[in-house]
Order: sequence, then structure tokens, then C-alpha cells
Amino acid sequence: MTQTRARPLQIGRIGELVPRIDAPPKVKGEFAYASDLIVPGMLWGHTLRSPHAHANIRSVDISQALSMPGVHAVLTHDDVPGQKTFGLEFPDQPVLAIDRVLYYGEPVAIVAAEHPEQARRAAERIVVDYEPLAPVADMERATELEDLHPHKPTRGHGYREDDRPNVVRHMVIRHGDTEAAGDVSVEGVYDIGIQDQAFLGPESGLAVPDGEGGVDIHVATQWLHVDRAQVAPCLGLPLEQVRIHLAGVGGAFGGREDLSMQVHGALLALHTNRPVKIVYNREESFTGHVHRHPARIWCEHRATREGRLVNVRMRILLDGGAYASSSTAVASNAASFAVGPYETPNALIESTVVYSNNPPCGAMRGFGAVQTAFAAEAQMDKLAEALEIDPVELRLLNALKPGDVLPTGQVITGSLPIAETIRAAAALEPPPAEAFPRDPLRLPGGAGNTTRGEGVKRGVGFAVGFKNIAYSEGFDDFCAARVRLLADGSAEVHCAAAEVGQGVTGVILQVARTELGIEDVRLAPSQTATVGSAGSASASRMTWMAAGAVRDACRAVLEEQQRRPGEEIDLEQIYRHPRTTPLDPETGQITGERAHVAFAACAMKVVAEVDVELGLSRIVWIGAAQDVGKAINPQQVEGQIEGGTAQGLGLALMEEIQTRDGLITNASFTDYLIPTTLDMPPVESVLIEDPEPDAPYGVKGVGEPPTVVSTAAVAAALRAATGRALTRVPVKPDDICL
Amino acid sequence: MRITVRINGDEHQADCWEGESLLFALREKLGFPGSKNACEQGECGSCSVLLDGALVCACLVLAAQADGHDVTTVEGLAEGETLHAVQQAFVDAGAVQCGFCTPGLVVATADLLQRNASPSDDEIREALSGNLCRCTGYAKIFDAVRLAAGKA
Repeated sequence: MTQTRARPLQIGRIGELVPRIDAPPKVKGEFAYASDLIVPGMLWGHTLRSPHAHANIRSVDISQALSMPGVHAVLTHDDVPGQKTFGLEFPDQPVLAIDRVLYYGEPVAIVAAEHPEQARRAAERIVVDYEPLAPVADMERATELEDLHPHKPTRGHGYREDDRPNVVRHMVIRHGDTEAAGDVSVEGVYDIGIQDQAFLGPESGLAVPDGEGGVDIHVATQWLHVDRAQVAPCLGLPLEQVRIHLAGVGGAFGGREDLSMQVHGALLALHTNRPVKIVYNREESFTGHVHRHPARIWCEHRATREGRLVNVRMRILLDGGAYASSSTAVASNAASFAVGPYETPNALIESTVVYSNNPPCGAMRGFGAVQTAFAAEAQMDKLAEALEIDPVELRLLNALKPGDVLPTGQVITGSLPIAETIRAAAALEPPPAEAFPRDPLRLPGGAGNTTRGEGVKRGVGFAVGFKNIAYSEGFDDFCAARVRLLADGSAEVHCAAAEVGQGVTGVILQVARTELGIEDVRLAPSQTATVGSAGSASASRMTWMAAGAVRDACRAVLEEQQRRPGEEIDLEQIYRHPRTTPLDPETGQITGERAHVAFAACAMKVVAEVDVELGLSRIVWIGAAQDVGKAINPQQVEGQIEGGTAQGLGLALMEEIQTRDGLITNASFTDYLIPTTLDMPPVESVLIEDPEPDAPYGVKGVGEPPTVVSTAAVAAALRAATGRALTRVPVKPDDICL
Repeated sequence: MRITVRINGDEHQADCWEGESLLFALREKLGFPGSKNACEQGECGSCSVLLDGALVCACLVLAAQADGHDVTTVEGLAEGETLHAVQQAFVDAGAVQCGFCTPGLVVATADLLQRNASPSDDEIREALSGNLCRCTGYAKIFDAVRLAAGKA
């Protein structure tokens, strides 16, 4: 096992520090994002959205809108030629609302016009007669109120029967003696607000009719092939007539796993026989994608007097909002990683995700583990305090290691250096406290100049988080790659892996150059027509999966070249990680060897200062140690740690979509705050390299662990500074004003 | 209405509706999509350009207001294939991930270094606080600014 800091190297093979191929066009403003696409004769699409969180639709009158200048089409659900609904897990979400709306911002009708402003104005002239209904807005009461989806969708494997209204998925993990008592017990209830991915590049795309009934959709997405699988049935077209092309993606973080404009753009393009571009504005973006689930988590941790966990009991309630999206998997992940990276002989974990009329929730970086890490790490600190044990020592005492058993019964077989990761983060020394007076920018309140140091208290927090890498619970998780070895000695790689900013295109080229032993390797554009599915750029899986697929394809073409020297070789290979199996619906126990293929962890130390007179905070310094398997590109790994940490810090301090009876009240960057340069402290990171035996080159995903842990670690530092329990994030000024 | 704007040294004309922002005109009518449309209300800095040498959010300027004025966009910084020092520093420091904030940050950094060739860390943080980035956590962006200022 090695600990490394990034170091400059040359050439561009695995483990070396290589500049990204997309960086020069991006710094020059030449990189084509989805919102930059322009073609001659193009129309602009616009979406009319529901102003209600819950309402029946009595009628929709499009006649005025159709007569507006520049308007070419106004479409409603009547114009959806194929399947009327779509969805990642279940097709429970209408392409366009049919006879009711279930959330604020739900698409009701779409318009295509010559100018975007004409399209917006025409949409305003669509007359929708709504009958507003009482919203199901409280997740704790959702299982007693009106059932929003009375025709329950078909459930997959591992689903427990639950006939209560609005239950999307309910699961229980029973591990050991679920009633086992300890010498001490600590309890707590924790709340997490709704976080938004807030990627900067708004949802955008361009749909181009091919003149033969099919359509090409250029879109910013995370998974091209699953978009196609959802879009084609709605259009009533065979898969081959729908081609998805990856347009430049301005960040994703889970928010582009679900469809946004894909079907709408294609409907308008096919209806008008013109290319149609749709670009959401920021307000629309807040309703145009799913969010991180808000949660309430009840915990009881029982331990021995020496500090060994005896029994962890947690009840997790997640609000999935109006449609299922990937809620079922989020609920399961939250349960799987609820305890954190600790060994416990007994556990009882219950996880429920419900439907409501709140904004739909789904995938966001960390995928259920962020919420539970906030709760479980607060509990570990409480336990340390009750036992008068150092919080880092308590974590080391219980740290998981290979050979240990998870609450699901899965034995850890791969790499999981939790203790080493904890020790490395604990060993990082923050800078000494800076004396007063100092520049206000380095005080809570910043340029507001609200203190000269009086009332400022300092605290140090520590937390650890872990989660799975790649897809779990028996999902057939694979990635295809195709390599063409040309007669001139160069090579071309095709892979539909979505470059969302994380740098997977660089990984693909590094692997291909390493395997083929040549420099001249090009990457073909990502699209559905020329290569099989890569799976999603999510679950911290893309580097692992694309590296596996490209490696296998390179090795296959080299082997074939031995048989056919001098000829062009073109082969596609599919890589699968070791198989996972579902959890038992009643016990939450594994039904095979493992439900998750591998794990990664991050430990973090945070120094905070709080002006307790005004409730203002400043994060001073963050030290992180992350279990990365093998760093394929150390500079990019550091970038993931720093960026992932910032998103968790945002949830701890400022980020929350606020709703009133299901209506979003802060859909703008004026009112939904994300960390700026003045909010982010220096992040010192250490990479723990302990190769994952089941992964190509020993890699692990690196995107999510820093986000999983940083909310918990920042909250811990604020608790240390203020002595307050701080059971809800984001922490508000009132919470830390003493 | 027809507007004439000198963009990156060359004169360009476009027919605009009076309500269009300079950002919309640059991106959709004048062929300069480098400035980005992340919030369109002056909160994120992704559309930062220089208007007669002053750093502005192009989304908050009407296209009509730029009539007869000079605009420098991110496309105007490089000399052919040779990147501007700030652009090169962003590449070398690993400051680019999704890159949607990058054009605005590059323009804002070039503006900062022109006013202050050797900014302190606090000055960098304050100068760039109007430019949101969601991917990097800003650390590599600070590295890039220091690199461009010859301090790294």
C-alpha cells in the first residue's frame, strides 16, 4: 500500500499526470456544449410546466398559442405517438402530463417556434384549466395520505411487499441479534434537506429529424443507451431509428441520469420536420432534473464500554417526490451503507422511500450514502463523547477490514483500507490558528467585515464515509468498447462512456496507449450507433468499467493482429465486473456472494471557525485521505476529491431547495447558494493506493467518497466549535448562534 | 434593430430584438458561443466578457447597449494555436473539469492579472468570487491563477 501526492510525469500512460484532451478547446471557448449547438433552419423548443404541485387537469387549450407569430407546433400528451410514460426504474412518469400533475414544474405542453422568446410567449398562451388538489408534502405522512400512484409499478427483485400508500420501496436489513444490548447507547434523529446537483451547463439538446422518420438527438447526458431505451418507445420508433449523440456536458453529478429534453425535442423535431433546440434556463433547470433525497434518519447505536459497536439500529425515511426515478436503488444504498465503514455484529436497518408531491429525487453524487453518513458519523461522535474515547480512536477500533462481514452478510473480499485511510487523514496537520486581527476575508462573515475576532470559536471535526463502486444487487453492469487498429499503425477507440467533466476520455486514451504501446490513439465521438452501451457515468463506475472494456478491446485487437498482420483490425469487447446478486426482500441479506462489487472510502478532518454571536461560519482547512485503489491520473483524482468535498460542504452549510406545499421557492443561483471561491478552504489530500483485486489496474472510483464524507465532517467541525448538536443540514445561522 | 459591435478586434453586425441580451446575441447571432449561459442573471460569471475593457456579465448587458462598443470574449484571448498565459495555466494546473465555468473564469483571471500582476491568495479569492464552479472546488483554479502570475 502506498500513500502519494500528485507528481508530474510525461507521456500519458496509466499513473501519469496527463493534461486533458478537452482542456485546450474548453479554455478557448471552442468546446461545443449541448447548449452551443446551432444548425440552419433550427427551431427553439420551450416547455410549459405546472405551477401546481398537485392538480387535476380539466382541459388544455392550445389554439391561441398555435396562432402566435413564429410558432410551428404546440404539442400535448395527445401527440405522444408511443408509450406515454418513461422512467429509469419504472415507467411511471408521463412524457407530458395527461390528466393531472404531481409536482411543481411538471411538463404539460411543448412549443416550437422560430425564436426562443416566441416559444416562451406562445407557451404562456396555452390555457390549462387546473383543479388544484391538496399536496402530499410531508414524507412522514405520505404513507397515510392519498395514494399518488395507485397502480403500483411492477417491482423488481429484492422488493418487499408493502401495500401502504406511496411506498416506492421499503427494505429491512436484519443482521445478527437485532435486539442485542450494549453497555452504552446513544440516540439521535437527523434531517437532511434537498440538495441540487446545480451543474452549470443547463439541460440542453438538439433533435434533428433524419427525413426517414427517425431522429438524431445531440444531448448532454450520463448514459446514451439508456436514454435511447427510454426515448424510442415514447416516439413509437424502433431503437435503430433513434440515435443519441453525446453533446458537450457541463457537469452532471447524477442529475442527467434521467431524461430531460430528449423526448420533447424529438417530438417537436419529428412533428415540424425541422431541427429543434431546447435549452433550459436556470429556474427551469431546478425543476428539470431530480435532486438528492431529503431524509429523516432515526438512530440508536449500542456499544461496549470499550467502544466496540454491538448493535446499530437505524430507520431511514427518504422523500422520493412525485416519480420513482432511481429512488429504489437510493433507498437500498442508504441502507447498505447506513452504519458507515464499521464492523458491527448486529444491526437492524429499515429504509423507506415514499412518493409525494415534492420535487422528484433520484441520483446525486453519493447516492443515499451522503444522508446516512451525516447521521451515522454524528452518532459515532456522540458515542465517543459518552465513552470518553477519542473520536478517531473509536473509529479505528471499529474500522472495517477485508474479511469482516457487512450488515448484509457480505464478506469483504477486496481492498478496503479503512484504518489506513483514517490514520492518514488524522495525521494531516491543519495550520495553526491565525492570530487576530486579520484580513476580514479570513474571518467568518468575510468581506461583510462583521467581526475583528470577537465571538469567533474554532473547532476540529473528523468523519469517515464509504460507499459502493459500480452497480449492485444483481444489475447486469457492463461496458462496451471498440478498438480499430489501422494499417498506418494508429488506433481509434469507440466507447459510449459519457465525458461529464470527470475526465473519462483521458482515462480511455491512457489505457489504450498503455495497452497498444503506441501514442497515436484517437477517441471517436460517443454515440449509440457505433458501439454498445457503456453504462452510466455514475456510481463512481466509469473509470473502472471503461478501463476494463478498453483494455479488453485493445488486447483482443493485438491478438487478432498476430493472426492478420498488416490488416486493419476492428473489434468490440464487453467488460463485466464480478457478478452481484440481489438482497433477500425480507432479511436484507445477500443471496449470493456479494450484493456490491467493491467499496471505496474517504476520511476527512475539517477545521471550522464560527462567529457564535452572529451565527456565521468559515471553513478554514480540510484534510482528506482517500482510498483510491490506483490513481490512473493523480491530478484528476485530486480534482475529484477537491470538487466532491466542495459539494458536501455546500450541503452542510448552504445548499437546500426550499419548498412550500411542494412549490420550489428558491429556483435561482440568487437564492440557492453553492460554494464560491470565498467559501472553499484549501483541501490537502492524500491518496491511499491499495489496488482493488477485481478491477482493471486496481482502480477504484473516486468521485463519490469525498462527497459522502464531507457533509458529515464539516458538521462535526461546527459542532466542535459551538457545542451544539446540529442534527440538520444545511446548518443555518440560527443553529450556531449561541 | 441592427447592432454593430467590435468583437475581439473585428466589427460584426447582427439584427437583434430589443429584449435580447449581449450574451444571446454573441452566442446565437454573432458566432461567439464561448461565453456560457449558466444562470443568465448575473450570479455565476460564466458569461464574463470585457466591454470596453471592463469585466461584465454579458447576460446583464442588452445587445443594444453594446452597439458601437468593444467586446472581448474568451475566443479573443489566444493567438491562433498559442494559448493565452491564463488559458495555458488552466490546462497545466488541471483547473478544467466540465469546463462550463472555464471561459468566464479565464476572462475574469486575465482581467485580474492585468489590473494586479501579482495578486495575493485573498485577492484571487475575492476577484473570482463572482465566478461559480461546481466541479473543481476551486483549488486547481487558484493553482492556475498563481501559475499564470508566475507564482507557482
